[in-house]
Amino acid sequence: MALQAIAFYLMATVTILAGLAVVFARNPVHSVLFLITAFFSAAGLFVLIGAEFLAMLLIVVYVGAVAVLFLFVVMMLDVDFSQLRQGFARYLPIGLLVAGILTVEMVMIAINVAVNGAAAKNATPQASLPDVSNTETIGRVLYTDYVYVFQAAGLVLLVAMIGAIVLTLRHKPGIKRQSIPAQNARTPKTGMTIVDIKPGEGISE
Amino acid sequence: MTEPTSPWLWFGLALGQILLIVVFLLISIAFLLLADRKIWAGVQMRKGPNVVGPFGLLQSFADLLKFILKELIIPAGADKVVFLLAPIITVTLALAGWGVIPLAPGWVISDINVGVLYLLAMSSLGVYGIIMGGWASNSKYPFLGSLRSAAQMVSYEVSIGFVIITVILLAGTMNLTELVEKQSGWFWNWNVFGGGLANLPVALVMIPMMVIFYISALAETNRPPFDLPEAESELVAGYQVEYSAAPYLLFMLGEYVSIVLMCAMISILFFGGWNPGFPTDFMATWAPTLQSFVLLLVFSAKVVFWFFMFAMAKAIVPRYRYDQLMRLGWKVFLPTSLVGVFLVAGYKVFQKVYL
Repeated sequence: MALQAIAFYLMATVTILAGLAVVFARNPVHSVLFLITAFFSAAGLFVLIGAEFLAMLLIVVYVGAVAVLFLFVVMMLDVDFSQLRQGFARYLPIGLLVAGILTVEMVMIAINVAVNGAAAKNATPQASLPDVSNTETIGRVLYTDYVYVFQAAGLVLLVAMIGAIVLTLRHKPGIKRQSIPAQNARTPKTGMTIVDIKPGEGISE
Repeated sequence: MTEPTSPWLWFGLALGQILLIVVFLLISIAFLLLADRKIWAGVQMRKGPNVVGPFGLLQSFADLLKFILKELIIPAGADKVVFLLAPIITVTLALAGWGVIPLAPGWVISDINVGVLYLLAMSSLGVYGIIMGGWASNSKYPFLGSLRSAAQMVSYEVSIGFVIITVILLAGTMNLTELVEKQSGWFWNWNVFGGGLANLPVALVMIPMMVIFYISALAETNRPPFDLPEAESELVAGYQVEYSAAPYLLFMLGEYVSIVLMCAMISILFFGGWNPGFPTDFMATWAPTLQSFVLLLVFSAKVVFWFFMFAMAKAIVPRYRYDQLMRLGWKVFLPTSLVGVFLVAGYKVFQKVYL
């Protein structure tokens, strides 16, 4: 247990510090790197509570794919920092408002969990099927009770994907593209002609 | 192995095991690197490194000394922390993947339930070392190289993921030790042949899946013919241009460790890990340590075979153009592996009903 406690406090501290650094870092690329650190240590916290499948998904999906694209975009952007900071005072009230609402919500949830949750009843959280690994548990719930919601989420993603393709796909005329079937279909007969050249004549087109 | 009672004893033991595997791995890498160069040379009818030690066996150690003793140069405009962090991350993540690889019966550092996913996660994190290195160098060629690499690795992860799903569906487990144990006995129990004589038709799907995994592994580790991030004819050396001495050594080391990790993954996912391909009942009377050691040699032989395949691909296949690489990943491998997932999943469902 001592090792788990050490691991918990280590990763919780790293998560919080990295989260703060995301906001306070001057360089946006550093912000994204701190965000990745926060994701990674959050995945570590998931492992500690025994949700290893969620932890791995967090790393594969968010850290391995989504954050790479973040990093990609932020690196390519040429951000002017002085311009970014100009609107700071103007947007401060609305930012504070959003932050305030979120804080109130989180405090309410925390109070509710502390009063009515498992911890208040002095019970440890129980998996629904103790002898089944949590990958299988999630699969059983996801494809039975929540199958319509799950499929609907898939459809939403599909629509978003098609939308992105429709918005960006353009076929400019006048650009030579490689057509691999056409290349493979070429034979000596279609690719060249054999000309019998008589002496002193050369080739006339 | 029995669980030690004290957590600190357990901590120390785990640390010892990690150290043992890392040392074992690094020494193997030194010789595999030499083998890589020798095979490459052999294909081109050269001799390869043959000066340091007998047959050039100590070449890698001479290179190691050179890398460590050379001057470390950090470009003036570089982001120093990120610049030095990048190679460290590369090598750490590559080594971290080995934490779940079952080397022999009972010989694994951490036998976790989601071992396959963990490997996928670690290999997908590998892109950060490269992209951070390229960006922090504050130079055009490294940056272009790292952008290429990020796009390439993200693309080929998708097909690797689908291929892994077919294997998981077939075996019904994500625990690597269980995965290997299910493939014990004769070689037709290996996943590449569908995991058992009854499933032999699935071999028609699994063999192409294995080939896709092998080619995607080449792309995922930036090996030729997909070494576009460091295409020397276009980008000098890609993301490694500004690196010298020990950080460069770490980059190269991380690359080779992840290549060997990919070889180990192919062996475990498709070729039965430590199973030699015939029943090992005659070993039942041997001491457990001796059994494990012999089976470790079997596993190593498979890994070395796949490393040989990687080296041959480097020697004989010309480099892809970037648009061809993307076309192969998204238009060929992704649909093919998706169809593979459907076929295997369908087989698993209808097998119970009709067979």
